[in-house]
Amino acid sequence: MAVETAPTATTTGPKLRRIRVTVNGAAHDVDVEPRTLLVHFLRENLGMTGTHIGCDTTSCGACTVLLNGRAVKSCTLFAVQTDQSSIATVEGLEKDGKLHPIQEGFHQEHGLQCGFCTPGMMMTAVGFLATNPAPTELQIREAISGNLCRCTGYVNIVKSIDYAARKMRETAEGKA
Amino acid sequence: MIPASFEYHVAKDIAHAIQLLASSGGEAKVLAGGQSLIPLMKFRLAQPVALVDINRIAGLGGIRENGELQIGALIREADLEKNPIIRQRYPIITDTAAVIADPLVRNMATIGGNLAHADPANDHPATMLALRASVVAQGSKGERVIPIDDFFLDTFTTALRPDEILIEIRIPKPAARSGGAYLKLERKVGDFAIVGVAAMVRLDESGKIAAASIGLTNVGLTAIRARNAEETLRGQVPDDKVLAAAGAAAASAAQPVSDLRGPADYKRDVVRVLTQRAIRKAVARAKGGN
Repeated sequence: MAVETAPTATTTGPKLRRIRVTVNGAAHDVDVEPRTLLVHFLRENLGMTGTHIGCDTTSCGACTVLLNGRAVKSCTLFAVQTDQSSIATVEGLEKDGKLHPIQEGFHQEHGLQCGFCTPGMMMTAVGFLATNPAPTELQIREAISGNLCRCTGYVNIVKSIDYAARKMRETAEGKA
Repeated sequence: MIPASFEYHVAKDIAHAIQLLASSGGEAKVLAGGQSLIPLMKFRLAQPVALVDINRIAGLGGIRENGELQIGALIREADLEKNPIIRQRYPIITDTAAVIADPLVRNMATIGGNLAHADPANDHPATMLALRASVVAQGSKGERVIPIDDFFLDTFTTALRPDEILIEIRIPKPAARSGGAYLKLERKVGDFAIVGVAAMVRLDESGKIAAASIGLTNVGLTAIRARNAEETLRGQVPDDKVLAAAGAAAASAAQPVSDLRGPADYKRDVVRVLTQRAIRKAVARAKGGN
């Protein structure tokens, strides 16, 4: 397994800490400075820029990832806190060239305009649908209330999440 | 934004956390959910030399009813909101957890942090004042129970000593014919309260108010207990006239300042209105309604 060193950590020799995190199923052992935020770790140390930095002040939800299955704002979490944890980002949604139902939903229902909030919206939705597979429209709206879309495309985002919920239920029933 | 550098320690258990705090000479901060602390560190309004991460300490995240309700300090707001015991028997806490920040923040944020941070804009302090709660602090000199009335000393300042950790919140068992509610007016989801009001009432057999307690959010340097409003309710039938008097009393107890959430006079009037609505809802719940 490759050991990746944080580029920010070499300047004045701050104390680094070795963490092991599993991101989208792949383990990474990385030395990080304690003050490195999870979103910077993902984007700069691992080169995974699908997770966006929007407001950087815990307001917009563009940086949302799943931490052990729970949707959290990765700008408000230190990477060192996630040692021995499992993280899911937007890059892990597509599997074997096949879109995740939430991606298919955003495609079919025109759930994105500029696309900036989309990764956070989708990760929030995936975390939410795992706990509530058959949500009402109101519940979907509440679930994404920590994610801002400055194109104000909420109507289609809600439809996209509803599409994914229906698709995932159909798939689950088909398997049962 | 990148916070200033700090030493990062993972506490294995409570004793280890206390030892780490004690050895930092008061310059370390406890890291729980981090949803208030990390933003402060990013703005460099807080620059602790060390963080003591308590997230991996086992046994701080439970909810037990054991004569009284015992809530572990590390329980996440999202879990508090969904907990069936809380929903059925302490709906005022569900009201409160459900309006804190947004669902993503609530997946990390903890009840202990919401109290120990002592931001007058936080929502649990007023609710805990209304519930007559106490908090359990553990430090190098042992454990002590602090009544909630003695806990909030000033904005961002509590009775916790530098080597103490808030480990549990204790809430008296709900009496017969009691009920409570928390109402919050906010500009948008995720914002702090313009005003929040927590009300608890206990009715006697004739339907009069035997006891009431009222807490106010974000209208002073700390959460405020509106004792004068509680007095106006005692022994009274909760009719419109009595509620109006209680609302006026709570408004006079509030000490709001004008800011981007509105002028002081407006906030005082919101206290007046929300207090009446919160008492009305608390009374309905005391009678078995929702």
